[in-house]
Amino acid sequence: MEPEVVETLSNRMNPGIDPHFHIWGWEIPGYLFLGGVVAGIMVLLALMELRGSRPRSLSAQLMPFVGVGLLSLGMLFLFLDLEHPLHVLRFYGAFRPTSPMSWGSWLLLLVYPALILMGLGGLDAARREWLDSKVPAPLRGPVAMGLRWADAARKPVLWGTVLLGVGLGIYTGMLLGTLVARPMWNSSVLGPLFLVSGVSTGAALMMLTRLESEEAHTLVRWDSAAIAAELVLIVVLAVGYLSGNEVSNAAGALIFGGPYTAVFWGLVVVGGLVVPLALNILEMRRHIAGTRFAPALILIGGLALRAIFVVAGQTISFSHLG
Amino acid sequence: MSDTKRYGMVVDTRRCVGCSACVLACKAENNVPEGYCRDWIARDIEGIFPNLRAEIRSERCMHCSNAPCVSACPTGASHYGEGGTVLVDHDMCTGCKACIASCPYDARYVHPDGYVDKCTFCIHRVKRGEQPACVAICPTKALVFGDLNDPNSEVRQLLASRAAKVLHPEAGTDPNVFFLTSDGRAR
Repeated sequence: MEPEVVETLSNRMNPGIDPHFHIWGWEIPGYLFLGGVVAGIMVLLALMELRGSRPRSLSAQLMPFVGVGLLSLGMLFLFLDLEHPLHVLRFYGAFRPTSPMSWGSWLLLLVYPALILMGLGGLDAARREWLDSKVPAPLRGPVAMGLRWADAARKPVLWGTVLLGVGLGIYTGMLLGTLVARPMWNSSVLGPLFLVSGVSTGAALMMLTRLESEEAHTLVRWDSAAIAAELVLIVVLAVGYLSGNEVSNAAGALIFGGPYTAVFWGLVVVGGLVVPLALNILEMRRHIAGTRFAPALILIGGLALRAIFVVAGQTISFSHLG
Repeated sequence: MSDTKRYGMVVDTRRCVGCSACVLACKAENNVPEGYCRDWIARDIEGIFPNLRAEIRSERCMHCSNAPCVSACPTGASHYGEGGTVLVDHDMCTGCKACIASCPYDARYVHPDGYVDKCTFCIHRVKRGEQPACVAICPTKALVFGDLNDPNSEVRQLLASRAAKVLHPEAGTDPNVFFLTSDGRAR
């Protein structure tokens, strides 16, 4: 009979590593959530306009600028997570193609102008007039130039925004998914999963605001498609855990009977996906006005998804499995 | 000039008694802060009572040839140094901890000064022609350091004559710290 490993003991006691690995706190799920929401806003608004429907409601027109604010908040979270914040500019001293974090750093720089150009070009005449009257004199030139670029290259700007939004959404998942040492994170499904979750949470944020009825209907349809895709990807991820090696099984056990089972299936899958999808379908089939209940659930579920993955993923590693 | 050396370490688990002299020597040599360590002692206890067997290992950064920490580092702070050693440039490190998350051996930690720290194979001593502090102090000669690319080096001779293993080969990191086991001769 094969001898059983009874115990592995170590006198290592490095803070943050032992006895429980915990290097990333609330800042990272917060950043991943906000990054996903912004990715969703970019993809949805740009695709809506590419389909021929310019943003009509005030909230749809202002949403790209809300995205700038949310992304800045997310980057503040990242900054707060750094152990040596004064070295933050080191991210922009090099491009490291093997590092998802390096890709993300540079991608974030491109996302800002894309959001601003998409936002400026989507403003109607009344908002542009308002903007012109409110912008301080020194900024009038750059704003006018931005408006000219946004209008002249509308299609390239919108397609660029879609691509950058997809890239941002996938990156938030790949940041964790490429880490082989953490079996719960190490899955190629995490990139697409966080992307569709970002699309869904981006739609949910917009659905919480006052939209034109056509905008709202489009968003409910697309949100439902994103939720359905997310459910499929969660099944694929779960199958991957259960059919993988010992460490994959151990990672899967965290949400199949382990300490994160109730919160994952309850808050993320049922509360954050199944119930809102059912409400969306009711809204579409019965032509009834949507409430803010489903979008709120989606946002809570999206945040919970990232929080659970960041927290639970740190509890399991090759090293701690012995 | 290309660097053809590949530094590695061989840990004889039959000789290691877990005295922690290597840990203390490292802390003194590298000013490792109180409460932290760059190397440590791990004990695997196997079997079913009363047939138990213990393996004692002095562990540290594996200085992997395919180091995920180097790949994950967004600034280039984690890099391959002389002889393939995996090092951290403290001035380049932002403390983002991507390297810590990517290490299957949990061999890194955040230094209280805000940068990520780990074993360097005492490369500053090796450059002077000395052995790493842990190797120099080991009272049972359980630790051997040398050039894995040199067929005449002691590390190569040991690996040729004894059964050896690396930790977590499934992680695919191609580690350069080997553990001589008590399972007999080399395969």
